[in-house]
Amino acid sequence: MSEKQNNSPLVEVRNLKKYFDINTGMFKTRPLKAVDDVSFTINRGETLGLVGESGCGKTTVGRTLLHLYTPTSGDIVYDGHEIKTKADINEFRKKATMVFQDPYSSLNPRMTVSDIIAEPLDIHKMYQNEEERRARVLELMEHVGLNSEHASRYAHEFSGGQRQRIGIARSLAVDPEFIVCDEPVSALDVSIQAQVINMFGELQEKLGLTYLFIAHDLLVVRHISNRIAVMYLGKMVELTDAAEIYERPLHPYSKALMSAVPMPDPKIARENQRIPLSGDIPSPLNAPSGCPFRTRCAHACERCAEEMPEFREIEKGHFVACHRVEELN
Amino acid sequence: MNKKMFSMHLDLDAFNPATESEKEYMVQMRPSSTFFRDGVKRFVKNKVALVSLIIVVLITLSCIIIPFFWPYSYDQMLGVQLGKPVDASYNNLAPFQYGATEQAKIAAGETVFPHVFGTDSQGRDYFIRIIYGARISLAVGFFASIIVLIIGMTVGSISGYCGGKVDLVIMRIVDIIYSLPDMLLIILLASALKQTKLDEIIQGTVLEKIGANIISLFIVFGVLYWVSMSRLIRGQILSLREQEYVLASQAAGARGKWIIFKHLMPNCISVIIISTALQIPSAIFTESYLSFLGLGVNAPMPSLGSLASDALNGINSYPYRLVIPAVVISLIVLSLNLLGDGLRDAFDPKLNG
Repeated sequence: MSEKQNNSPLVEVRNLKKYFDINTGMFKTRPLKAVDDVSFTINRGETLGLVGESGCGKTTVGRTLLHLYTPTSGDIVYDGHEIKTKADINEFRKKATMVFQDPYSSLNPRMTVSDIIAEPLDIHKMYQNEEERRARVLELMEHVGLNSEHASRYAHEFSGGQRQRIGIARSLAVDPEFIVCDEPVSALDVSIQAQVINMFGELQEKLGLTYLFIAHDLLVVRHISNRIAVMYLGKMVELTDAAEIYERPLHPYSKALMSAVPMPDPKIARENQRIPLSGDIPSPLNAPSGCPFRTRCAHACERCAEEMPEFREIEKGHFVACHRVEELN
Repeated sequence: MNKKMFSMHLDLDAFNPATESEKEYMVQMRPSSTFFRDGVKRFVKNKVALVSLIIVVLITLSCIIIPFFWPYSYDQMLGVQLGKPVDASYNNLAPFQYGATEQAKIAAGETVFPHVFGTDSQGRDYFIRIIYGARISLAVGFFASIIVLIIGMTVGSISGYCGGKVDLVIMRIVDIIYSLPDMLLIILLASALKQTKLDEIIQGTVLEKIGANIISLFIVFGVLYWVSMSRLIRGQILSLREQEYVLASQAAGARGKWIIFKHLMPNCISVIIISTALQIPSAIFTESYLSFLGLGVNAPMPSLGSLASDALNGINSYPYRLVIPAVVISLIVLSLNLLGDGLRDAFDPKLNG
């Protein structure tokens, strides 16, 4: 799949860090390292899937990337320009938008569908008159397969799938190039998931969009992504082509993760050997020293406890953060 | 179709495709209903609240309209006429009785407007005094609630939206005001304001007509009663600003003002309406007891509280003079409370847990 894209990076994230201050008593705070030193690039027209357990910082990466959270440190470069000042961010908001996880809480219950969809247009004053606004809203609704009669209704009158379509129409309103999809289908049931996923694919082809697709459903991510990044405890552990990571994961965590993918065919499922992981994901407040995965890794050695493995390119386009990756594979 | 025994297969021939008209019948569009219309529908179904609303409207309308055509005024002593000795027969009249000169007129065949509730100890028509008292009470209740609403809403939304240190400081101030005994503070404030020569300051302005005491009442409400409103609104805003649609709005580039007015305020408007409606009776009640204690309106302007207080002197001979204002206060406060409850049930079904 990846051969199809031209390989100019649209989004480049370098050493992104986001720490939250957690109150641990009166006037005492400790940093929670939600995202710790993450670097990746997304090429124009491709979909980067981002997977990982709950609480590993996927959503924080997406939100920090859009400057919804101010990054603690690190650079976000979009289309060759670094996003730093307020003016940059304001311009950036017209090019990069977001689709949210929960279609129930992401739509204001007091606004009509057309007001919800047109909100980004209203904020950036991107139309000349009322007629133009209406036409744009109807066009967007058609893009996502909503009936034009729905424009004057309220969000609570719709089903989950339709609500998510409204959310997608809103994210398309400013005619963006890049969309962060934050688990956009995990709140929907499976038949609706398929529809919405296919719609994402169609919109990408039609409008030339670039996605950062955050999900925890590995099959969904595999279906839509060109490349996949695996996160664990705020760090990126592996990044490679979608097919490669399913067939030949290199990092011990990715291996365990991929072995847990449910197979719809019981024959294949029976042959698959699951790699069980013991223990829970450690709290990001007391992350283990060195490699974050060492407490649950079967191959951990002394070196793993001492230094954080570098996120390096083992083969072309295949990045892994593990000291022992060569000896293990 | 040959069917196996116990087979669960359905006979497909038994199904017919739906015709176009049948399909149309299945797709029925429900007319879109707004939040407000839903609330009104629920409110109308609630009989108690509807009756309270009617009573409140009736009392309010009569307070506004009756003084226009009532032949007596609230401060006119009927027994006192220029150039004549005071006619004591007008003092302390029982309901539907007449003073000496009026009886003479009736005897001469003229019609005299009756004193529905009699007169007070200075010969003033009691009915119009009750009407004026209710007028003052309602006005105080209404405007005090608006003052409370404005201050409480501003402080609460700033505190809730900014969060962090701003929130911490504002909420500690609120806690301090909350912890003071409010009855004591009201009395202290009201008597302190009496010393400030407020009447001289407002001389010649529009405020003069309202009277210094009522203005000091408003100040008392403004200073003390906004705290619970601001706490309520802060709580609402705190929970609303974590909603994803606020984040979505930020992702679209919205600033604080846009988010507060487009997202946060419309979503807590039901709480605001309800608590304002419930604030009115409490303000009326406070005004009444302040007037009862002599800290309320200036004489000769009556208020329901001061009328009740005056009536205490003649409680054995003229008990109705205490009963009437007491009943009117109770009626106003009760129906406003029930109205507020009805509004809450109608517009905020979630609160009704």
